[in-house]
This record gives sequence, C-alpha cells and structure tokens, in this order.
Amino acid sequence: MGAKVEAMQARPAAAPRGVAQARSLFDPEILRQALVGAFGKLDPRVQIRNPVMFVVLIGSIITLVEAAAHSSVFSWSITAWLFLTVIFANFAEAMAEGRGKAQAQTLRRMRADTEARRLDRDGTEVRVPASTLVRGDIVVCEAGDLIPSDGEIVEGIASVDESAITGESAPVIRESGGDRSAVTGGTKVLSDRIVVRITADRGNTFLDRMIALVEGANRQKTPNEIALTILLATLTIIFLPVVVVLQPFGHYAGASVSVVILVALLVCLIPTTIGALLSAIGIAGMDRLVQRNVLAMSGRAVEAAGDVQTLLLDKTGTITLGNRMATAFVPVSGVGEQDLADAAQLASLADETPEGRSIVVLAKERFGIRERDLGAGHEFIPFSATTRMSGLDIDGRRIRKGAAEAVCRWVAEQGGSIPEALSEIVEEISRSGSTPLVVADGARVLGVIELKDVVKEGIRERFDALRSVGIRTVMITGDNPLTAAAIAQEAGVDDYLAEATPERKLDLIRAEQEGGKLVAMTGDGTNDAPALAQADVGVAMNTGTTAAKEAGNMVDLDSNPTKLIDIVEVGKQLLITRGSLTTFSIANDVAKYFAIIPALFVTTYPQLSALNIMKLHNPKTAVLSAVIFNALVIIALIPLALRGVRWRPSSPGAILRRNVFIYGLGGIVIPFAFIKVIDLFLTAIHWY
Amino acid sequence: MSLFWTIAVLVVLLGLTWRFLGSYIAAIYQGRVHYLEWIERPLYRALAVDPEAEQTWQRYAGALIVFSGVAILLTYLIQRIQGSLPWNPLHLGAVGPALSWNTAVSFVTNTNWQNYAGESTMSYLTQMVALTVQQFVSAAVGIAVAIALIRGFSRKGSPTIGNFWVDLVRGVLYLLLPIAFFAGLIYVGQGAVQTLAGPVTIHDALTGYTQVILRGPVGFMEAIKELGTNGGGFFNANGSHPFEDPTALTNFLSIFLMLSIPVALTYTFGKMVGGIRQGVAVLMAMAIIFAGWTAFTVYAESRPNPAVAAAHVVPQPQGNTEGKEVRFGVPLTTLYNVVSTQTSTGSVSGANDSFTPMGGFGLMSGMMLGEVTPGGDGSGLYTILLFAIITVFIGGLMIGRTPEYLGKKIQSREVKLAALGVLVMPIVVLVMTGIAVSVHAGRVAPTNSGPHAFSEILYAFTSQTNNNGSAFAGLSGNTPFYNVMGSIAMLLGRFAIIVPVLALAGALAAKSVVPAGLGTFRTDTPLFTGLLIGVILIVGGLTFFPAVSLGPIVEQLSHGRLF
Repeated sequence: MGAKVEAMQARPAAAPRGVAQARSLFDPEILRQALVGAFGKLDPRVQIRNPVMFVVLIGSIITLVEAAAHSSVFSWSITAWLFLTVIFANFAEAMAEGRGKAQAQTLRRMRADTEARRLDRDGTEVRVPASTLVRGDIVVCEAGDLIPSDGEIVEGIASVDESAITGESAPVIRESGGDRSAVTGGTKVLSDRIVVRITADRGNTFLDRMIALVEGANRQKTPNEIALTILLATLTIIFLPVVVVLQPFGHYAGASVSVVILVALLVCLIPTTIGALLSAIGIAGMDRLVQRNVLAMSGRAVEAAGDVQTLLLDKTGTITLGNRMATAFVPVSGVGEQDLADAAQLASLADETPEGRSIVVLAKERFGIRERDLGAGHEFIPFSATTRMSGLDIDGRRIRKGAAEAVCRWVAEQGGSIPEALSEIVEEISRSGSTPLVVADGARVLGVIELKDVVKEGIRERFDALRSVGIRTVMITGDNPLTAAAIAQEAGVDDYLAEATPERKLDLIRAEQEGGKLVAMTGDGTNDAPALAQADVGVAMNTGTTAAKEAGNMVDLDSNPTKLIDIVEVGKQLLITRGSLTTFSIANDVAKYFAIIPALFVTTYPQLSALNIMKLHNPKTAVLSAVIFNALVIIALIPLALRGVRWRPSSPGAILRRNVFIYGLGGIVIPFAFIKVIDLFLTAIHWY
Repeated sequence: MSLFWTIAVLVVLLGLTWRFLGSYIAAIYQGRVHYLEWIERPLYRALAVDPEAEQTWQRYAGALIVFSGVAILLTYLIQRIQGSLPWNPLHLGAVGPALSWNTAVSFVTNTNWQNYAGESTMSYLTQMVALTVQQFVSAAVGIAVAIALIRGFSRKGSPTIGNFWVDLVRGVLYLLLPIAFFAGLIYVGQGAVQTLAGPVTIHDALTGYTQVILRGPVGFMEAIKELGTNGGGFFNANGSHPFEDPTALTNFLSIFLMLSIPVALTYTFGKMVGGIRQGVAVLMAMAIIFAGWTAFTVYAESRPNPAVAAAHVVPQPQGNTEGKEVRFGVPLTTLYNVVSTQTSTGSVSGANDSFTPMGGFGLMSGMMLGEVTPGGDGSGLYTILLFAIITVFIGGLMIGRTPEYLGKKIQSREVKLAALGVLVMPIVVLVMTGIAVSVHAGRVAPTNSGPHAFSEILYAFTSQTNNNGSAFAGLSGNTPFYNVMGSIAMLLGRFAIIVPVLALAGALAAKSVVPAGLGTFRTDTPLFTGLLIGVILIVGGLTFFPAVSLGPIVEQLSHGRLF
C-alpha cells in the first residue's frame, strides 16, 4: 500500500477535465473528509433514514447501557464494535459523496462573480454583476469574456471554450439561429462578439443544476432502492422477534441469556452489509456516470438505463464516422481507372470537405498520385447548391465532379454523350448504400467515385454484445430506405428508421413503449425535444439546444452518442451491485449463527457445542469475532460498492450463475474462514 | 407395499393428475366447465350474486372475510347448541365456548387443529354440518385465493381479479365434491364406516367383556379431510384409527389425495400464465425440498430411538417403532406423516410425539418452511409464489434488470406485500411460543419436560399458524389459554397472508406486461428452481434455527450426536 500511495503522489496532478476529474478511489483528501462526515452522520435524524443501521445504533446504545451497568471487557468490546459498525456505514456513504463534493467545489469556483455587460433597451451597455441577471436580459460577450449565464445567441457567431464544463479543449462554434445557438454560463468566448439573451433564472442555470447533481444535494431514493429498502427492513423486522424470543426461550430452558450477546446476534443477522452500503452504491453509480462525463438529472433515469430494451441510435456519429469516404473509382468503359483517379484527385485538391479530402487520400493510396502544386492559371469551381457539383478549370480542361444528374446535364450542355453503362454503375452504387459521384472531363464522362458511409470499427461487435443481453438497436437516419438498409446490415443493427423525422421518431418510441419496452435515445436538436422527453432515458448532447437539454433526463458533456451504451452498462452495474451485496449479506448469516448460537446456550446445553463447527476458542471470542467480521466486511466492501460489480455482456443465466456462485456461495463460505481467523487473533492476543 | 413402490406409484399417479387435474382446474376457473350449471345458477340467485360481475381485490378480500366470518359464527353456534339438535345418538351436550371457538376457527382456516376427541365431543350433525362443510369450503377458499393471484399474473391492466362467490361455488361444485364423492366410495368400500345409526354394543360371551364401539359418518368425511388438506378426523386417533384408514389401499389413497390438488395447481398456474414450464419450475422446487425432507425423516425413523437404545432394553431392528401404525410399518407411517405435515393437512397415521428428535425435527421444520412443499390446497401455491417474487427480486437485481416475474415488474409495492406475506408466519410462531413459555398457563401444558416440552409448544404454534393442524401431542391443548392463543395464531396465519396475497393479485393485475427478451431473468429454468429452493431454505433456516436448536437439535445432541 505504501509504495502505491507514493506512486500516486509522485504523479503530477491530472489537469481538471470538466466535471470528471481523475481521482483515485482513495484520494487522501476525500478520505479525510469522509472520516469527518462519518461522525457527522451520527445525527439520529440522518440515521433514521436507514432503518437497518438505525437498529444497529439503538443496539449499540443498549449494549452501552448494559456495559455501564455490568462493566466487562466483553461488553465494552461489543459496544465499541457495534458503534464502529455504524461509523463504517456512515464512512461508506461519506466516501461516495466525497467525490461529488470535490467536483462541486471546482464548479463553484467557475460561478464566482463574473461581470456581465447588459444591453439595455436603448442600446446602452451597463456593467452589472452576473448574479443580478434575470431571464430575458440581453448581454454582450466579446473575446476573452466569460459568458455570465445560460442563454441563446440572438446575434453573431463566436468560438467558445467549453472545456470548463465538457473537458473538451477544442473550442466549439456557437452562432445565432438553429441548433447551435445555446451557450452555457461559465464558458469563455475566444473570438468574435455575440449578443446573448439570458434564458435561465438565477440559481437555476445549467451550472447550478450541475453542482446540485454532483453534490447529491437533493438526492432521492430511486424506485428500486425503495423496494430493496423495504425488503431489508422486512428482514430486520423478522430478525427482531427471532432474537427477542430467545430471552423467554432461554429462560424456559433455565439459561440466563446475556442481553449483550442478543444484541450482537441481532446486529449480525440483520442485513447490515448491504444496509450500510446501499446509499453508497447509488451515489457511486451516479458518480460513475459523471466520470464518463454524463450528468444524470435523476437516479431514476440511471436505473431505467439498466432496463432499456431498445436503443435508438443516430446513424451519423454513432454508427458511422459521420463523413462519407471515397472507397472506389469505377471508370466507364474506355477509361482507365488511374485516369479517373487522376481527374478526381485534381477536382478535389481544393475541396476541403471531408469527402474531398478522402478522394485525394484514396487516389494516393491506390495509385500513388501525390498532391501537386497547380501553379498559376487554374480556377476552382466551388460546390453550390444550384449546380450541385464542384471542380477545377486548368490548362483548358474543365473537370467536374458531383451528383449524377447534375454532371450528366452539364456534359450534355457541353455537347457530350452519356455512356450507357453509367446509369448502371450509379444505380449499383446507390443500391449498396453508398453515394455515387460522377466525374467528367469536359464533354467526356470518366466514371464514378463511390462515397461510402464508413461504419465505425468495432461497433458491430458492440451491437452483438447488446443483443446477447436482450437490447435491440434501432438506427435512425435521414437517408432513403435503400441506403439505410445497406448501412443497417453492415453495422449489424436490428432495425432502422429511414427518412426519419422528429414525428416518426416520436411515433417509434411510443410504439416500442406500448409494447412495454423501455427506450433510450440521444438527441441534440430542438425538434428532438419531444422524443427525448418521451424516451425513458433521453440523453441530450451538450452541444445541443437548451430545449433538448431540458427535455432529456441526462446530458452528455462529450456529445458522443456512443455513450448511450456506457450509460446502459452503468445502470446494469448499479442493480447488480445491489443484488449481489444483498445476497452476500444474507448468506453471511449462516456462519454467524454457527458462531453465536452455541455460545449463547452453551452453559445450559453443553451439547450444543457440537454446533461450534469452527471450533472457536470460547463463547466470548466467538461472539466478538462474529461482530468484528460483521463490521470489517463493510470496510472491505467499500471499494466494490464504489466501483460496482463487474458487468460484461453475456446471457442473464451466465451472469446470474456467476454472481450466485461468488456472492451466494462465497457469502456462505467466506465468513466461516474470517470469523475463525479473527477468533485465532483474539485468542493469540489473550483478549478474553 | 414397500416404501419404494409406494413412492413410484405415487409419482406416476401424481404425474397424471398434475397434467389432467391441473388443466381441469384451469378450465373450472376460466369458466369452461358447465355440466353442473343447473345447481350453480340457482345458488347464485340464492346468494344474490351476479356471476358475470368481477371484483376488485378489495371487494374480493371483503367477500372472503365476510364469508369466513359468517362460517366461524355458524360453526361455533352449531357446537354450542348441538345438544338440542338431531343426529346426536350419544346425547352429547354443548361444546364449551373456548373449545367451540378454537374449533370453529380451526376448521374455517383449513387448519383442523383438534383440541377435542371427535367421537366423544361432537354430535353427528356437528361433524357433518359444521365441520365437514367447512372442510369443503375452506379448501375452496384457499384455491380461490391462489387462482386470484394467478389471474393477477395473467391479466394486463385489469382492475379486477375475479368474483369470489363464483370461485368459491365452482371450486366446491366442480372440483371438491365430485372427487370427494368417488374417493368416499372407496373409503367406504374398503371398510371406513359411514352410518348415522350410533354406536354398537358388543358382548363377548367368551371373555365376558362388553365393548361399546363408536361409529358415525366417517368414510366421506375422510375423503374431503385428505383432499381438502384439512386433516380433521372423526376420531381422536385420526388416520391411525382403522375406521378412518381401514386398509393399505386407503392409506395410499390418503397420501395421494393430500398431494393431488396442491401438486396439480402448479400445472394450473403454468397453463393460466401461458407457460407450463413456469409451473414445472415451481413444482420442482416443491418436489426437491419434499424429497429431501422425506428422505431425512424416513432415515431418522429407521434408526433406533436413541433414548431406548441408551436404556439397552430391547434391540430395535425396525428402527423407531414406537407410536407407528404397525399395520403399515415404520417407513409408510413416516411417509404419511411427512406428507400430512408438508401439505398443511395435519392428519396423522402415527404419533408425532414418539418420533425421534430428528424425525420430529423433520416434521416440524417441514412446516417452518411455510407450508409450500407442496402446501395446502391453494395456500401452498400462493405462499410459494410469494417466495418466488422475493427470489425474482434478488435474482433480477443480480443480472442488472428491474426484476420482473411473468412479465410483471416487481417494484416496491409488490416487494412490500410479498415480504409481508412471508414474515407473518415466523413472527406469529415465535412470538406465540415466546409468550407460551413465559406464562404459567403455557408452561404447564406439556406432559414432558426439557427440550422435548419446548418442542411440543413450538410445534403447536408452528402447526396452527401454518394452518396445518397436526399435533405433536403431549400437550394438553384444551385450556382457555391454548384455545384462545391457538385461534389467534390460526386466524393470523390464514388471513394475514391471504389479504396481502389478494392485494398483490390486484397490484399485479393492474400492471401491463413487459415482453420477455433475451435479457429477461428466466423463471422457467433449473437455475430459478435452485434459487427458489435457496430462498425458501434460507428464510426458514435463518428464522427458526435458534428455536429448533433449543428443541429437537439439543434433544438429539443429548444422546451424543445428530444421528
């Protein structure tokens, strides 16, 4: 451990990356704060919210009274360890909260008083503190200014550094009108000047909400957490009479039953392990999302993510790289492929679009045609929406590339003829889901460039993995059905929605939900807002509009639609961790019984020592060993609770078998070994 | 018949009834059987019931409580005034108030705990009109609740769960009456008495002894006693009286009848929720635990009684023969008693009190698992489904999904109701036993002392709360204390579970169905069966381990070792 800590300290502090900061699970600062927090949480008003640990606290008070009345090393030791059990539980929760608190502090610094340049109705500029801005105010921001609050650009275009929130250092372009008009308070204008209309009230900005979220200020129990708490409370209620009646039972048998041992037995039986870690698991789940730069507006959404059965994924950026790439040159008869490549490369040299660049790259890869200096005497013909082609005039050659229809018309105008094979080639390429780009040199058609939507590497495997856990993927695209079908097949999605409009998206979500399925989707535009609101898990891209961000229940600061898959994983992990630790906690009881029951009645019924299968030293070491194990196991499981139980996509049966084996059978066997070890230790130090 | 062949034939016959009786029961409650309409319709008119009108769970539960309440009062009343009523050849007087109350509650709750000797306490009319009638309707009530819960699973977005009156009437008419009638014929044919003629006096001229032999309407009561998992016999000796259980054939028939409906209901369940395998998974959990307990108990009884062995008086080559039905031998008597304790029937073929401590532990702990293996008519299925919901909840979490069972999401309301239904039994048993061992009235009742006396008290409350009705015996139960405490245990053990079950049925019926997918936690696999067994054993084990270690376990250990 020592060497590890040193190594950690030797490493230069990682540069803050948005909300998510690389922090070790055992950051010394968080540890220190959590220790303080563990005691602060002893307040009964806080404690009562966790029924299981509240019983432990009451129990420790009973043993305290008992120890004060009949002082003995044994009763004081039990009291101390019961008290520690409560402290450990509080510590686990404080640890989980610690990371969020640290992140909130960083964010608060950003909110520190900035000055805003407010434009009044008469056009005069007034400098006011940002905190006095109200919704509807108009402010001006110029290069170097911090944007004072959330708003909508009404005039101008600017590059904005949003790294404070997203962690992404490359500036983004924000402009008035359309889907890129939203700006966030706390981000910095790098160039140009914009006029912004404030859209958020004081205290309710994105930054404010983000701080509240990472801090867990108004964290509410999620539905599943409530259900589990009920089950744990039930178990606690059952064990209460189980233990209490041992007093009359023992009395009937002629035994005097020690209250301290009864309390110890009760605490050992009730599910303290999961009871202590339950809220830490929930907080850590939210935190794991924050580490992935996703802000969940509610824990409910994270839980729902684990249940998602249908993922709606935008084709562009999620499934494909987003830009079409040239993948083949198909010449018409009588033209060499290299000639076509050469002409296409010439026509694309000045084309800075990703498609244009990819043609140059392909020509180089295929035929070694290098970029060349054209010298003087040439003219680029840029793409325009009316001509639908671009090209180059050089040395009397007039090379054009563009949509088949447009180039054919242009060739005809030049007096050329269209080769018969062309339409076949064009159709062929279209059918395969690619885009054909016809190249002509003057009146002569040379051939076709195939532009392909390139599916991201590894995405197919990811969909296969999702399918194996029962999640259906649906690709959403504006493409025509033919193209959509081809890409869908290549990417291995289960279904696709072609020529998607916001209405059709919404209809699709409704249809899936009517069948009882939970749907997750990503979106960024204002017209995505209804669908985002309708989806059970709606992830808004941070680059998106305010409307989209408000409609969704999560915001992805990286604006990476593939994140949806991560979010599903975190949701599943959250539930698995709860289930596994509950199983573990209950399974532990078996060993504790075998430690405590013989100890409890051994004076009356010496024959019960046959049940002392661990051969514990004496009744006192047996009971204390069980109590110590019960307390220490909480500490031992904190890392697991914070990190979550590993989840890999595989069949539910396989996951269940694995977890039942580890946490069920393991939960029965492990305590036998550890209680014995603790007992040996207590015996060795002559504690008894 | 040897134990092996008995079990082999039993498995084959139960397999057949599982399939055919199971689907017949589904047909009854889905309203697809009509041959007794000519009795059914006038009955509804007399009860002023519209058979087409469905009830919400609240109304269903309300009707059930009202019906059971009236039944308790009637049964109580008949016992109190039996002296002025006909069919009383022994001229038996009114049964005492505390005992009448206990008996009324006992028969209405399908418990059939008997703090009296039937032949010398109850008139023929009381036996027939008060007790046997309840043996029919209380079983029908249990099955109705199970069917209501199944409807909860199979319906989508429904506000109602069926009509209690229709379920009750159809259960009695189409299911219990026909089978009990034919089984009754066999009992009578084999020699079980069935007469209203009163006792006979026999004078043996050779020895000079005069013997009064008590008789009564026994044979047909016997049929419904076993079929309805009731267990209340005409005679004090119950199944070990030759007039109740005259031959090896009737002994086998009794075992078969006790198991028939609880086992068949798992098929009904599978059929009605649209997947027979769902029913098989539940049945397998029942069967595996049952097989384990049978093997354990039969083995324990095949061993010498440790107390007798310690005295070095007689060798015990047959195992522990004390208190066994000598006509059928140790293994079959043990099998009968295991079946009777695990079906919530409670009739006995041998004296439970004379079982070895481990054998007694086998009987007692079988009930402590909640009477789910396979449990009583209806009650076995609805109770094991509560365990199934808890299993699904924990198992579902472990695969990372909000748990769902048969397409219904298991959320806080369902968990709350299932947990409530599961926790009632252990709490009532433990608290009642705790009270009984603390007060004088409770402590003086056992005829033994030490751990065995503790076992007797613990057994009494376990049996009554689980609506089993078998007695460990050795406990003088007919005291005001035990009559009243027992009645509370029986009422809570019945209705404090039925009401949450019906609420659960209502909550489930209102839910929509999540389609099953690859990621769904499957509940029709051996893995689920294994988990369900684990949950039943863990819940039962953790709640009763301290109590049984102070009873049978310590008693056995007093003889040196567990076996």
